[in-house]
Amino acid sequence: MNWMNTIAILLVAFLAVFLESYFRGLRNLIGAQIDLLPALVVYASLSANISTVALIATLGGLWFDSLSTNPLGISVLPLFVIGLVVHYCRDLIMREQLYAQFMLGLAASAVAPLFTVLSLIGTGDEPLLGWCSLWQWLVMVLGGAAFTPVCFYLFDRFNRAFSYQAQPETSFRPDREIKRDRGRHIDY
Amino acid sequence: MTVGLVLLLVLVVLNLPEQTAGKLKLALGGLFLPLFALAGSAQNLAEQTGNTLAPRSALLQQIDELRKENQRLHEQLAQAQEASRENAQLRRALGWQQRVPWSLKPSRVVGQDPANWWRTIMIDVGLRDKIRPNMTVLTSEGLVGRVTDVGFDRSRVVLVGDPNCRFSAQVQEPRDQSVVAKGIISPSASSLDRLLVDLVYVPGGSLLKPGQPVLTSGDGGIFQKGITVGQIVDVRTNDHGLNLEARVKLAVNLNRLEQVWVMLQ
Repeated sequence: MNWMNTIAILLVAFLAVFLESYFRGLRNLIGAQIDLLPALVVYASLSANISTVALIATLGGLWFDSLSTNPLGISVLPLFVIGLVVHYCRDLIMREQLYAQFMLGLAASAVAPLFTVLSLIGTGDEPLLGWCSLWQWLVMVLGGAAFTPVCFYLFDRFNRAFSYQAQPETSFRPDREIKRDRGRHIDY
Repeated sequence: MTVGLVLLLVLVVLNLPEQTAGKLKLALGGLFLPLFALAGSAQNLAEQTGNTLAPRSALLQQIDELRKENQRLHEQLAQAQEASRENAQLRRALGWQQRVPWSLKPSRVVGQDPANWWRTIMIDVGLRDKIRPNMTVLTSEGLVGRVTDVGFDRSRVVLVGDPNCRFSAQVQEPRDQSVVAKGIISPSASSLDRLLVDLVYVPGGSLLKPGQPVLTSGDGGIFQKGITVGQIVDVRTNDHGLNLEARVKLAVNLNRLEQVWVMLQ
């Protein structure tokens, strides 16, 4: 993971927040908007160091709150906690597996809105909650889960395109080469 | 170290004074302005391209319809002017205060709240257009909401149906315009339909019926009296018949908001 990838994730997080605010089609169609930030945090926590995870959680959360009625900074902590947990369990997670990516995205997208809403209630705000919130939560969970493998695929492609390819190892050694020819001929 | 820094930052930001936090929020949100402008320009370009591709016959037909509508509106304006003169005379005779005409500022909707638990939009007018908090936002169909945060060139509008936009409304009898009952417009959390809100705390025994129009009552001082909110869909009793609750279908389609008007007075 190089700095280019960190910038790319930040750029995608910025664009994701913009798109969530600008495009109303999905919300008009199914009554809920998908949050892409948890999926990005999952990718960052499995592919980068803790500083990158902190950067993405902080900036992503602040950008999200700046376009929302949320108090500024309330979305940072849920994203960072998710990133932290996944980052410290990274040795136990098979990041290349599609199933693992999907399940991680599912869990992250489920936890992030719950944590944010609980924080909002804790700070004395009164978010719009009801039975329809369950449907919205379900859409957010499934949408985030579906986006996570896409996120891994795209960023891994991007990373491969902008980094040096590893030299493939070979078992060939020139000093052990058996040279074959027609053999020695003895003339009688 | 990193964990501590993030926690410290969150604590500092969450405990900022409201005004400072608001300014910081607007500054951070300002980073998105070029993207919103770009997206708006692209949309306009697409619309213009679509217009140039419209057939001449359709345009001529549209011009013809607009001419007829213009003529009809001229006639209605003449009648309204006459009624307004008569109204002013009667108000003078009765010693009532003159009604101040609404001064409206058009604006475009540029974005909406990315969180599912709020119902707010952003509009492209702000302090430079003399927009202030709590100004009424409406369309020709009816009430949209009120302005909450104001930046230099954009503002946040809290929509009808958000927990932060509760207000007093009255139900009118369509035949004689008499006031049937008053209540509070509150969000309807049970419905996925963003166009349904609840009218609560209506006194029991009020004669509420589906189809009756709901208008702002003017109580509370934020919304002027008589702005259309919507129509009653159904009525149910609450608190052992002490109160009535009605579901109200909003007159404005909040899902299709493109252009709104901010009432400057």
